[in-house]
Amino acid sequence: MSETAELSVGKDNKLERARALVAHLEAGHDDEAMDSIAELSGFHDSQLFQEVGRLTRELHDSINGFVADSRIADIAQSEMPDAAERLNYVITMTEEAANTTLGAVESAMPLADALRDDSQRLAESWKMFNARKMTVEDFRSLSSELSVFLEDTQSNSNALNAKLTEVLMAQGYQDLTGQIIRKVIDLVGDVEGKLVDLVRISGAHVTAEEKKTDNERDIKAAGPVVPGVDKGDTLDGQDDVDDLLSSLGF
Amino acid sequence: MRRIIKNLLRDLGFTNTEEADDGLTALPMLQSGKFDFLVTDWNMPGMQGIDLLKAVRADAKLASLPVLMVTAESKREQIVEAAQAGVNGYVVKPFTAGTLEEKINKIFERVAA
Repeated sequence: MSETAELSVGKDNKLERARALVAHLEAGHDDEAMDSIAELSGFHDSQLFQEVGRLTRELHDSINGFVADSRIADIAQSEMPDAAERLNYVITMTEEAANTTLGAVESAMPLADALRDDSQRLAESWKMFNARKMTVEDFRSLSSELSVFLEDTQSNSNALNAKLTEVLMAQGYQDLTGQIIRKVIDLVGDVEGKLVDLVRISGAHVTAEEKKTDNERDIKAAGPVVPGVDKGDTLDGQDDVDDLLSSLGF
Repeated sequence: MRRIIKNLLRDLGFTNTEEADDGLTALPMLQSGKFDFLVTDWNMPGMQGIDLLKAVRADAKLASLPVLMVTAESKREQIVEAAQAGVNGYVVKPFTAGTLEEKINKIFERVAA
């Protein structure tokens, strides 16, 4: 209300000065006319100052609100460095998984090769035996080779199974790194939102932004423990979990 | 991860297994009544493992079904919550084939006892 009143007063004043300016010009009083012009532009200046002042205040308030948003501080102080740490851990895990898999394959291949070569050699001798082209001496050596082969086959297939299980277990990295990367993607989305806010604040149109509450954070699923990032109440491996469970009567 | 566990279970002699995407799909399968044992993650879309566990315990027909949780979630409060909800075993990822076997054997020993 008071603003409108001020405006109308301003308008009346301006009209008055303008009429005075015309009167001075008609009368040829140049000095007085210049004064009237200065007064009229003074109105303009004071309104401009008021407008600039209002915008400055709004900008100031917005920036203050932006800085006071604790989410920003969280992101800058801990979540960004954490994200880097998490991604480093992803690199470590994928590297370990690749090395485990390659190692297992490298040690499994000679086992499979040995099985193939031995069975090939024995198959040849077996053919000779079936064709009755084998001496008693040769048969004795075939017989002892066969018993060695059967033993080897057993131990080699056990070793192969163990190596394949290693490869199988190594694939667990996909699940764990997936969970970690998803968290970083969420953070990047969050940062993007804040940057959009920042652009909005620094842009010409300052609008009051509705603040999103941070209560949606899921405390139930925290994802895999990243060494050096997750501290406090997370347990360190299966042994600790077992200890806790046994203390709970398990 | 489901494929890994399925393969490990097969290696341990459990050849008759079925998979579900999350708690919402697992629960009706369990209620069909042909399962002796449940292995579940915590972090799943739709219905989380902890909620599946609670739903299983709340169901009169499933209340005594052995449940093993295999998950990356290793906060103290989570393990306590799972224990209170009636989990029979808790394996944290990353785990070894030996750990899984040990926990499963333990559960079946207890069930038999």
